[in-house]
Amino acid sequence: MSETDLIDAVLDRHRRDGTRLMQILREIQEQLGWLSPATLTAIAGAIAWPRAKVEGTADFYSFFYTRPMGRFRVLWSDNITDRMLGSSDLMSAMCKKLWLEPGRVSEDGLVSVDTTSCTGMCDQGPALLVNSRAVTRMTQARVGEMVSLIRSETPVAEWPAEWFAIEDNIRRKDILLDHGLVPGQALAAALERGPQGMLAEIKSARLRGRGGAGFSTGQKWEACRSAAGHGADPARYVVCNADEGEPGTFKDRVLLNSYSSLVFEGMSIAGLVVGAKKGLLYLRGEYRYLLEPLQAALEARRRANLLGSNILGTAFEFDIEIHLGAGAYICGEESALIESLEGKPGRPRIRPPFPVTRGYLDQPTTVNNVETLAAACLIATHGSDWYAAHGTEKSTGSKILSVSGDCERPGIYEYPYGTTVRQVLEDCGASDYQAVQISGPSGICLAEAEFDRRIAFEDIPTAGAFMVFDETRDMFEVARNFAHFFAHESCGFCTPCRVGTTLVRNLMDKIARKHGSPYDIDELFKLHRLLQGASHCGLGNSACNPVFDTLNKFRPAYEHRLMSLNYEPAFDLDAALSQARQMTGRDDAGAHFPDEAEA
Amino acid sequence: MNAPIAPPRKLRVATASLAGCFGCHMSILDIDERILKLLDLIEFDRSPLTDIKHCGPCDLGIIEGGLCNAENVHVLREFRKNCKILLALGACAINGGLPAQRNHLDLRDVLEEVYQTEYLVTHGGIPNDPELPLPLNKVHPLHEVVKVDYFLPGCPPPADAIWKLLTDLLAGRTPNLGHGLLHYD
Amino acid sequence: MNATTTFHLDGEEIPFTPGQTIMQAAVAAGTYIPHLCWHPDFQVNGSCKLCTVKVNGRFGSSCTMEAQVGMEVENRTAEIDDKRRTLLQMLFVEGNHFCPSCEKSGDCSLQATAYELKMMSPHFDMFYPDRPVDASHPDVLLDFNRCIMCGLCVAASRDVDGKNVFYMGGRGLLGRRVHISSESGRLADTGFAVTDRAASICPVGVILPKRRGFAVPIGQRKYDLAPISEQVKVKTP
Ligand SMILES: Cc1cc2nc3c(=O)[nH]c(=O)nc-3n(C[C@H](O)[C@H](O)[C@H](O)COP(=O)(O)O)c2cc1C
Ligand code: SF4
Ligand code: SF4
Ligand code: SF4
Ligand code: FES
Repeated sequence: MSETDLIDAVLDRHRRDGTRLMQILREIQEQLGWLSPATLTAIAGAIAWPRAKVEGTADFYSFFYTRPMGRFRVLWSDNITDRMLGSSDLMSAMCKKLWLEPGRVSEDGLVSVDTTSCTGMCDQGPALLVNSRAVTRMTQARVGEMVSLIRSETPVAEWPAEWFAIEDNIRRKDILLDHGLVPGQALAAALERGPQGMLAEIKSARLRGRGGAGFSTGQKWEACRSAAGHGADPARYVVCNADEGEPGTFKDRVLLNSYSSLVFEGMSIAGLVVGAKKGLLYLRGEYRYLLEPLQAALEARRRANLLGSNILGTAFEFDIEIHLGAGAYICGEESALIESLEGKPGRPRIRPPFPVTRGYLDQPTTVNNVETLAAACLIATHGSDWYAAHGTEKSTGSKILSVSGDCERPGIYEYPYGTTVRQVLEDCGASDYQAVQISGPSGICLAEAEFDRRIAFEDIPTAGAFMVFDETRDMFEVARNFAHFFAHESCGFCTPCRVGTTLVRNLMDKIARKHGSPYDIDELFKLHRLLQGASHCGLGNSACNPVFDTLNKFRPAYEHRLMSLNYEPAFDLDAALSQARQMTGRDDAGAHFPDEAEA
Repeated sequence: MNAPIAPPRKLRVATASLAGCFGCHMSILDIDERILKLLDLIEFDRSPLTDIKHCGPCDLGIIEGGLCNAENVHVLREFRKNCKILLALGACAINGGLPAQRNHLDLRDVLEEVYQTEYLVTHGGIPNDPELPLPLNKVHPLHEVVKVDYFLPGCPPPADAIWKLLTDLLAGRTPNLGHGLLHYD
Repeated sequence: MNATTTFHLDGEEIPFTPGQTIMQAAVAAGTYIPHLCWHPDFQVNGSCKLCTVKVNGRFGSSCTMEAQVGMEVENRTAEIDDKRRTLLQMLFVEGNHFCPSCEKSGDCSLQATAYELKMMSPHFDMFYPDRPVDASHPDVLLDFNRCIMCGLCVAASRDVDGKNVFYMGGRGLLGRRVHISSESGRLADTGFAVTDRAASICPVGVILPKRRGFAVPIGQRKYDLAPISEQVKVKTP
């Protein structure tokens, strides 16, 4: 097939519909390797969008390439947990063996090696993506074998299957992971209750969102249900947020891998309540390997009359579509996610209006986390009294934690809300711990004195990440890794976050290079105060949390790196003469700066 | 007691032009007859206006121009060590100004272009005399290398702004420039 | 005007009509709230955050927040102006702003706002990014070294000119940029004309007509005459 035919086939499959641009770009790229200027022009013409708009989207996402890439693209997951398992050394070794600089494509166009934000394999790292496929448990030996396979241009499909094995690692089950439901059971119960009855049940169960913000699910569904659709084609939508980009979080991956029936059923129940006929599941690009299994699961549900029209013999009509993301943490933010679903860069919208009144295609939309939707199945089946008997008064039910870092048994732990941090540490086999980062970089860093606090909305709310750091870990380096994450993931829309996250990253790097002074610490505090209030969305507002927390709780980790009490430049002055030395061949005393400390 | 705090002695002021064009210094002289008033209050240490080669302990250091070579850095550090207050005067001192327009080029390419292109070959290549200061990879504004206490933008800053700022500083007031005195061009 | 529909802006009573944002009401009342990306003729963008105010003790963007009866809004306090100055410094260091050689100088919103907020230095280390200049078009020059990502050119080209010549894309500090709608990425290969609204909308010196140069002498340019805070255009209804 010629390139044009190939592009046309993809475009036709998506009905030349611009809102499907993300999927169009991905599918074309999967076949052509990259998105050339001519390809973008062709796509823009076909979907009748301004070309710059198509390019704007292609340019936004980490996994879209507007420049030719290597035939093998290796992306090492760069979460702190991967680093703690030795990913930096492994990546350097790989680059060395391939004679390659990180981030560059080899001259023969064979391979590129780079880092990417957390790929959600923290319990089985170091992890990487090779041509969009996830590989776990990297070792020096695997690096060697992988380099040989790349050199011999062996297609990734022929690589050892065990490299791509992804474990669930479920260590503790509670009401959700031990649900005991058969497909259709919860949905039948919901249909029995009817939309109003089901809504009432969700409300009296006091279910709150598991995606981080903890908003009341009942309120959200009710607001969506009572919002009128707009325009010629009024509709309502259910969106399942499976972007799971918060570093250290991987519980949605396990839910989608082994509990997808529950998730799809939760979406259907939400559809029933809000009056939607269509659900969209936004799956992060890192979980590309789940796409086909999930599609097969949807097909099975359609065959079982659990999706489609006349569901379980009623008038209820609902179907689900899967959209794949392309490497952008910000798309976990619900309004950015909706922009992405519409084919645009993931830029958070101005709120209000909230998605429940104007969401996907400007229609009332409820966006819910994977786990929230799964939990709705329990409420449909067992009722609100049963559900609310679990957990605490303000946090009913259970929470799934993704435990990683310094512990013997990393993996998935489900607890009733109200469980102490110390309990989790004990269960996962952590010892000599000094800190836990809860809910990822945008969450909170706890020190030992706080380990009796509880996982609950009223105490320590969490989207699920639970990263353990023992006494050998340097909490400054942890915060610096997170600062790099935010600078990389800032969408760039608003000034404070676009520039501020990079300034924070640079200050952290300056301190790491031992060029820092107390002046730089003051600067970090100042940036924290600015970003927290002035940013457009949650990313910018929480981007300085890890720095702020560690500065307060692990200050000496910063202080022992400070170079002097006086202001210091961020760069090495002597190195700033390097090019001139090289060009003049000089190396006399005048071609160097005396040691800065004594100058 | 509300007695005015009179300066017990003349304030010592040093000035220097680094990667600048002396335009800011010309602007200092442009305060015209007010310079006499100023000289009642201050005396100059190292400055292009005197012939003192090295800066001694001073109350105020005024620097025009950014940092484009090693010599610039040495002078700046000497000022910072000796001056209680350091003032960055003019656009180049504050953001690199015109010299910083080379910053998006690689210094090696710049040197090659200037000293080794065909018609200049007779000049004998890139000078490597140890007497000459080496250029920095990038041009930097002053505040990237030392702590700067006050800034007066402008290319050059107007004489009236310099006068206002100096008289504020000498009187112990936080400098405050009204409309028309603060401009970046 | 209904006497009950007012709110307080730095203690001053500001009337508003329901649906108006704090910014719209303030401008209608002739009161200046610093802003860069907001423009009365276009859909609100809300990206620069210069218009950040404190509403009943919480920070928010005055160009996106609707006015509510009885709101207490803080605007020109030392705390907020400090934050705004820092935002301006961020905009100055992320681009390349050499005002002495910029034709927009004296007529530039960024510069005038920086004067208003007494920004004496860029404070942060400079990024000195390598951004393109596009001189391909016969009548218009683009110098993206000065772009502050306000999105006004995008809105003007889309909503007024109906041409969609510009679009914001890319991600983060280095990636985010204005894309030009042609395969070559050159302005000359679009339908852009110097008479377009988008040709005169840029608040800074990116989109400049060619062959004009420094047309107005120093001392007589827009913001030489009066500070930006005194040039709030009051729309007479
Ligand atoms: C920067 C950012 C990233 C987010 N990422 C996710 C995510 O990956 N998954 C998720 O469910 N919610 C995420 N959220 C929260 C969503 O905006 C939204 O609150 C959530 O999906 C609502 O679902 P819930 O009510 O079921 O929790 C994120 C929010 C922000 C600000
Ligand atoms: S806070 Fe950051 S991620 Fe959010 S809109 Fe602003 S730039 Fe984008
Ligand atoms: S755009 Fe404005 S601030 Fe930037 S250089 Fe031009 S006049 Fe100065
Ligand atoms: S080019 Fe001008 S109008 Fe367009 S986004 Fe940049 S600063 Fe705004
Ligand atoms: S004017 Fe409100 S964000 Fe720019």
